[in-house]
Amino acid sequence: MEAEQIEIAEFLGRYPPFTFLPEKTLQRVATSVEISYYRQGTDVFRFGDEIHDLCIIRSGAVEIYRRNGNLYNRLSVGDVFGQLGLLMSNRVRLPARAMEDSLLYFLPEKLFHELCDDFEEFAYFVEVDDKRKLNKEVEQQRGEGALSSEKVATLITRAPVMINTSASIRHAALKMTEDSVSCLLIVDEISSYEDDGEPQYDLVGILTDRDLRTRVVSQGLDLDGSVAAVMTPHPKTIDKDTYVFEAMLMMLRFNLHHLPVVDHGRPKGVLAISDIVRYESKNSLYIVSLIHRQHSQEELVEVAKDVSDCFIRMVRQDSSAHMIGSAMSVIGRSFKQRLLELAEEKLGPPPVPYCFLALGSMARDEQLLITDQDNAIILSNEYDHAKHNAYFEALSAFVSDGLDKCGYPYCSGRIMATNPRWRKTISDWRACFADWIDTPNPDALLNSSVFFDLEGVWGKTEWAEELYRFVVNRTKSSPKFLASLARNALLRTPPLGFFKEFVMEQDGEHRRTINLKRRGTAPLADLIRVHALAVGSMSRNSFSRLDDIIRAGILPDKRGQELKYALEYLAMVRIRHQVEDVEEGQEIDNNIEPDTLSDIERRNLKEAFNVLNNSQRFLKYRYPFS
Amino acid sequence: MGRVKDEFSWRAFLTQQASACEQPVVQQFIESQIFPEHLTVAEAEFVALDFETTGLDVENDEIVSIGLVPFTLDRIKVSQARHWIVKPECNLKDDSIVIHGITHSAISDAPTLDEVLEQVLSCLAGRVVVVHYQYIEREFLNRAVQHRFDTGLVFPMVDTMWLEGVLYRAGWRNKLKRLLGGRLQSIRLADSRLRYALPRYHLHSAMSDAIATAELLQAQIKHRYSNNKIVTELFL
Repeated sequence: MEAEQIEIAEFLGRYPPFTFLPEKTLQRVATSVEISYYRQGTDVFRFGDEIHDLCIIRSGAVEIYRRNGNLYNRLSVGDVFGQLGLLMSNRVRLPARAMEDSLLYFLPEKLFHELCDDFEEFAYFVEVDDKRKLNKEVEQQRGEGALSSEKVATLITRAPVMINTSASIRHAALKMTEDSVSCLLIVDEISSYEDDGEPQYDLVGILTDRDLRTRVVSQGLDLDGSVAAVMTPHPKTIDKDTYVFEAMLMMLRFNLHHLPVVDHGRPKGVLAISDIVRYESKNSLYIVSLIHRQHSQEELVEVAKDVSDCFIRMVRQDSSAHMIGSAMSVIGRSFKQRLLELAEEKLGPPPVPYCFLALGSMARDEQLLITDQDNAIILSNEYDHAKHNAYFEALSAFVSDGLDKCGYPYCSGRIMATNPRWRKTISDWRACFADWIDTPNPDALLNSSVFFDLEGVWGKTEWAEELYRFVVNRTKSSPKFLASLARNALLRTPPLGFFKEFVMEQDGEHRRTINLKRRGTAPLADLIRVHALAVGSMSRNSFSRLDDIIRAGILPDKRGQELKYALEYLAMVRIRHQVEDVEEGQEIDNNIEPDTLSDIERRNLKEAFNVLNNSQRFLKYRYPFS
Repeated sequence: MGRVKDEFSWRAFLTQQASACEQPVVQQFIESQIFPEHLTVAEAEFVALDFETTGLDVENDEIVSIGLVPFTLDRIKVSQARHWIVKPECNLKDDSIVIHGITHSAISDAPTLDEVLEQVLSCLAGRVVVVHYQYIEREFLNRAVQHRFDTGLVFPMVDTMWLEGVLYRAGWRNKLKRLLGGRLQSIRLADSRLRYALPRYHLHSAMSDAIATAELLQAQIKHRYSNNKIVTELFL
């Protein structure tokens, strides 16, 4: 080769996948590239452009976008992009834009394919890490799987059919016939008008075919009576920006056939079961329905064996971490619910009303495969210890033992309803939470981070909401508690130093591991919880909390979005690691071995940990001790 | 020469030169340098050219290597880059050996400038020649053609150093600065590149400097002109 291209060869040789090439090939690559300069802010590739080169960043930085315009990745010196397009029919899949003045090298596709053919490591680098994305792309191309990330709004095909509360039952029935719908929204018109002059409606009830049959015809009611008397008041609703799968889970959980879709509380349409039939049972839903049909603990244990398979299938279908976490949590809740039903059958109806609580990751809808059972019970204020304790002790034991057998091991910290300390009346829970908030000692803080992610799964679930509202209202106006909780959220740090060392020692024999939960997703959830409580968010899911936090505007620009990416990425690496454990028949854990990571994975991981690190620093500054 | 743009027409000059030239090789080359009047920078085919010489004195110093790379505003075509080491007629000065890293043994096997000149011209033909500091390439090439064909050759070039100079050296502010003894922005190749965030190259040769010059022109045009800039307006 001409001595002159040594500069290019020397540069390429420092970065994967070119590190895998022998010197001679590297020199050939160096003499084959084309070079181009891109000014900051200019497009390198637009979606759908033809692509015939692999791009290598010589200097500067490039941002890769999703089609919807969201940032997907940031690349810098030595990074490559465009392989996806080259491997797939020469169309740009992910648009790229120079975020700084950048000099790019272009490697012609012919040579690229030759290198993929001749050098396995090269092929592995450009293909494997993109396998997941690739699958996703292929899947979306076929038009499948697209629904899995689609919002409810996209399934709404017509405006809701509505009638005023003052209408008669007859009018309502006629309206339903005219518009051939099986469900009618009952609304109050609001006197105030929006700027565009369209009237606004408040949803007050819902009326279905079935209601007409069971509440009107079979009761022989007067058809001129008010529709308000036979409707279901205050129906459950779902926001138009919720994912379709969440709507589906909600319909399953509450056994609904029609679900009004709202936008800022105003009705926008109705989602019917039939609308999402084509969305039909991905397997998690099948398991949920199966759970509810089992009649003994033994039978439930059998069903539980399928849970890890379902988890794997969801990962294969490229579900997001958010979706997988939700589905696993619904399954976990279903086991609890069914066990409680069975317990009540065995022990008789409860002597006083109660609410069974899920705590921690299940309440946050972020459960993965191996999760301790964290639960508790809210008892009615009528609870009399001497008379009723035995019942709830037995009930808790039944559920807790059952869960353990179904793959939800006992909580080592004994945060379980079997612990008498965690069976309290509503008043006692309030007093207890108030005490934690007012006197945030280390113990109280540790408990808060588990108990303040709470959700009612059985019985008087509205008590759980009440209790959570109490927590939110009290913490919001308690800067001392927030500051303490913020300090507590800094106890677990991302393994940044470890990474530096790791990069240096990548050829060494050291086999060390990173616990992705302890050093990644858990501190992220802690951090998000602090902000969520500070802005008075009623959400428990970390992604939903982040939405609330972003809306409240307390984070510096783009930080919220970065946190979402980091959370999704860390959770996804954790999830994929668990899948590998299951497939290799190993014990499932959260420890990844950096040796098994590709360069891209390692870089992304580091980036995610960096986001966590920066956000932790911000936390300290945002919630100071006064 | 840049100052005479208004009165001076390259087109007229080249047409006259071509008709007066009696050497077919040179004549054809001159004709290939007459570009359409509305040729834009986005349409133009460029070639970056760099000579390494034994010194700056065109009378006494000689070319030791030649590098060139064809490019457009979009792509620099490294695969079509060419490089020649040529044997000078005089002895190499010691200090230039250090600079260019070209050894005596490499040179003793090399062809003479006369032998490669036609190849060089054919690589430049029909393309807008781009250099950094036009004096070296223009004067040394002119003398080489004189030597080989016994006729002069002067044709338009785009000079990335002059383009930097327009920005960083011209204007009353810089004149004032100079009067007051202030330091002006360096317009050397490496320093100019830094202003556009182009990477620093560690190895220097005629070809790597040609590539560096091509990258610099892409950056200059993308920062300062539109794609519709008429290429002849950049001529020097």
